[in-house]
Amino acid sequence: MIFNLNKWYKEKQDGEILLSYKGDISSDLITDVLEIIESKLEEKDINSKIRKKVYNTLVECLQNIYHHLDELPFNDETLFNGRFALFLVTKVNEEYRISVGNFIKSEKKQILTDRLNQINSLTREELKSLYKLILNNHDFSEKGGGGLGMIDIAKKTGSKLEYNFYEHKNDYLFYSLSINIS
Amino acid sequence: MDAFSIEGTPKTPTVDFNSETGVIEIKGRSIPENSIEFYKPLVDWLEDYLANPAALTNVNIQLEYFNTSSSKCILDVFKKLEAIYKSGNEVIINWHYEEDDEDMLEAGEDYQSIIKIPFKMIEIEE
Repeated sequence: MIFNLNKWYKEKQDGEILLSYKGDISSDLITDVLEIIESKLEEKDINSKIRKKVYNTLVECLQNIYHHLDELPFNDETLFNGRFALFLVTKVNEEYRISVGNFIKSEKKQILTDRLNQINSLTREELKSLYKLILNNHDFSEKGGGGLGMIDIAKKTGSKLEYNFYEHKNDYLFYSLSINIS
Repeated sequence: MDAFSIEGTPKTPTVDFNSETGVIEIKGRSIPENSIEFYKPLVDWLEDYLANPAALTNVNIQLEYFNTSSSKCILDVFKKLEAIYKSGNEVIINWHYEEDDEDMLEAGEDYQSIIKIPFKMIEIEE
């Protein structure tokens, strides 16, 4: 079955939508989005712990996409051209949910799967140790944090990272990630 | 040596480094996409400061948010400060965190366990 991106986007629009975006992602867009979500969260009378966790998680998710998305090479996909990504912040009952999706080259699937499964298998204490180990021992690239972002999210939210890969075409996949914060 | 300061933006902190008073401050939020670019002049300044530091270097870190790409750069700043401390000068790092922000306190404790400089954890009441 061919992956239907619009269907994915629609399905994620569950509960109260604080923010949803589909399109080009740039540094300026991230700045604007963070400003919007910050004021939206302030409007809500939620405790500062949750507010900060939602904000932090969104920062890491968006910057992860910013650094690691792959642009689709073909012009026939007019809708998904360029630095394309989707993301949503929703609230279902008392739980906040951040969902993000972007295209990547298929060859990245295995390494991402291994990394996400490893993170999901660790306890909070183990995540804490791994975070410190990478922080202190690994060289970071210009692109970012040596995989620290996902570890940081798992450590701070205490949630499992829910991920999926959907076949696209020509060796590209749609990679989606969802995180619950409560 | 000249003092060094940068005004804060929505994604980068206010920076105030003063070699005469030995007061070094980083305040606000640090969530740029390219942290290495932002922190390079800070690390370079500290490298020069290392040659002739104040008798006491008082470091104030008061961050509301920082991203993981800043976390390594902050460690690089602390490593320069550690070199100053190891060469026989007094250095203290005051790590400020907002009341109830356990994640920020924990981040400070992580640095404290890596860097051999006295840390003081300071809770800011909201």
